[in-house]
Amino acid sequence: MSTETPSDAGVAQSTNAGVLRLMITRFRRGDSGMIPIVIGLVILCIYFQVRSSSFLSVGNLTNLMIQATIFILLGIAEVWLLLLGEIDLSAGYNAGLGGGLATILVDQQFHWPWYLAIVAGLAASTFFGALWGMLVIGLRLPSFIVTLAGQLGLEGLLLWVVDSQGTGGSISITQPDLYNIVYGDLTPLFTIILVVGTVALLSFSLIRRNSSRAARKLESVPALLMSIRIGGLVIAGGLLILIFNTDRGGKFTSIRGMPFAILIVGVVLGGCTFIMNKTKPGRYIYAIGGNAEAARRAGIAVNRYRLMAFMMTGLISGIAGLVYVSNLNGISDGINGGTLVLYAVAAAVIGGTSLFGGRGKMVHALIGGFVIATIYNGMALIQLGAPQQYIATALVLLAAVTIDSLARRGSTLVH
Amino acid sequence: MSTEREPILELRNINKSYGSVKALTDVSFKAYAGEVIGLVGDNGAGKSSLIKTISGVHNADSGELFVDGIQRHWKSPHDSMAAGIETLYQDSGLAPDLTIGSNIFLGRELTRNGPLGKFGFLDQKSMERQALEELEKVGITVPLSKRTVSQLSGGQRQAVAIGRAAMWAKHVIILDEPTNHLGARQSLEVLKVIRAARDQGLCVLFISHTLPHVLEVTDRIIVMRLGKVVKDSLTSEYTVESLLGTITGLNT
Repeated sequence: MSTETPSDAGVAQSTNAGVLRLMITRFRRGDSGMIPIVIGLVILCIYFQVRSSSFLSVGNLTNLMIQATIFILLGIAEVWLLLLGEIDLSAGYNAGLGGGLATILVDQQFHWPWYLAIVAGLAASTFFGALWGMLVIGLRLPSFIVTLAGQLGLEGLLLWVVDSQGTGGSISITQPDLYNIVYGDLTPLFTIILVVGTVALLSFSLIRRNSSRAARKLESVPALLMSIRIGGLVIAGGLLILIFNTDRGGKFTSIRGMPFAILIVGVVLGGCTFIMNKTKPGRYIYAIGGNAEAARRAGIAVNRYRLMAFMMTGLISGIAGLVYVSNLNGISDGINGGTLVLYAVAAAVIGGTSLFGGRGKMVHALIGGFVIATIYNGMALIQLGAPQQYIATALVLLAAVTIDSLARRGSTLVH
Repeated sequence: MSTEREPILELRNINKSYGSVKALTDVSFKAYAGEVIGLVGDNGAGKSSLIKTISGVHNADSGELFVDGIQRHWKSPHDSMAAGIETLYQDSGLAPDLTIGSNIFLGRELTRNGPLGKFGFLDQKSMERQALEELEKVGITVPLSKRTVSQLSGGQRQAVAIGRAAMWAKHVIILDEPTNHLGARQSLEVLKVIRAARDQGLCVLFISHTLPHVLEVTDRIIVMRLGKVVKDSLTSEYTVESLLGTITGLNT
């Protein structure tokens, strides 16, 4: 791999010896990427594996990924608003409402087709996202307060809707298609095709972008670092295939293949990343979050894109809600949407997204969501309960914002 | 200034009041392509009101405004931008978390045609290449890379902002205190860019309190006091002392 060095004449930082120096420079200017947090995640995994040999079993790892989906999806939802310097505290209950509505609509009483129920659930979540957006934009209210009210209001609405079904405060999913979001799997062959295809596509675009940068004498990444990145992708892909395609069913059944929920996360993450990097709305959201006045002067319809971000947060919260009800096999009036949304914000910030707007990526929610799910899952395995889980998550969050803040001081412009 | 030349920007008897406060009284001047005009005056002299009138933030109560010989009425700042006037306000109008290329093209992105010929995706490569070419034209050599604007020095940022205005302006760029908060060497960078923009054939309106900068870079200086133009002469006719005297009204 390292023989395919892109033409790096004239690009000072492209020597392999400069990898470490490049990384230090980048860290200094607040651009260290996700390397520290990935190292932290690996250390966490090693610790849990030493303490409990079942941590790295395929069954538990699949379980961990399913647990992470809700944090990742809600985290992605929050990144849309965090990039604007806004926040949605209602996302947890908005997820509960979207998922709960879909659950109720496929129920015996209504028996809507599953796809219409899903559309209705997502529409409801998007509607509430849009409502908060209109209040924030139209009345110039702070999103923190509007969505705090939204959190309380949606909790009330959810309690009312769920309790009015007369099933004692919880509704089970009897409809297979909703249940299968989490418990249905792709076939092992399709899992392999999908993972190999994704790894190949990502590697190809990494190489192409880097060699094109090098060809234009722009700052490019040394071949060694490129090899590490692509090697990492290949190893991660291989591990995913191994995890998903090993039978995790136990004695009586056979369960193999990638759960649909993982595919959903991949599609949402890929789609949102694409919008952010390759389209005008994505570019404008970064611009507005960094300097709204500059964006306005550049002729950008600032409020239109702010409303769009609120709606995307609602929509993705709804998707998270569908995964949530599928995983828990129903909706209960005891859903703790307040804690869920704080975990979601924590996931985005742990991954490296700033709370102050302008800086962040969708993939931060992925890595942060994994960190939280790992703590959650690992501590339960080694018999530590909720108190320790909360405290450990608190420490990781504090460490992440400290790194973020130190990095910001390293960059020349403080917002 | 030869009088046969057609002025690129002309103001005739512009008046503007905020309530009972008269901000501009019968302001008239002509500005030509390829010249840098200094606009100076004490706080409250009407400089900001005048800029806002030219750039379309608000309209004058009375008076006429011509750009390239055509009389104009602005409905919004976009109208003035469309007519070829770019304005750079005191705080730099850049998005700190985007790259230089992205900032240059902010709001005017190039796209590759999408499947329906409408829903195009950003053509980052062309934008970066064109930004580099355009910035070089006005003598700006910032490293064009993945680096965001927040990682540039104050002077580089201001140079990029002016380069951006110079790239898109057809006729006039208005610079409000572009050397404010900049160190001596960084200010020199900015003044260099202003000269380069003039040599491109643009008319530059340079507003500043830093009189040595004004005297160094401008061809002509318009002095305002209490909403009126009190002096409009070639820069060579001023010294720091006489300019200061005209601004404060202690001599004329």
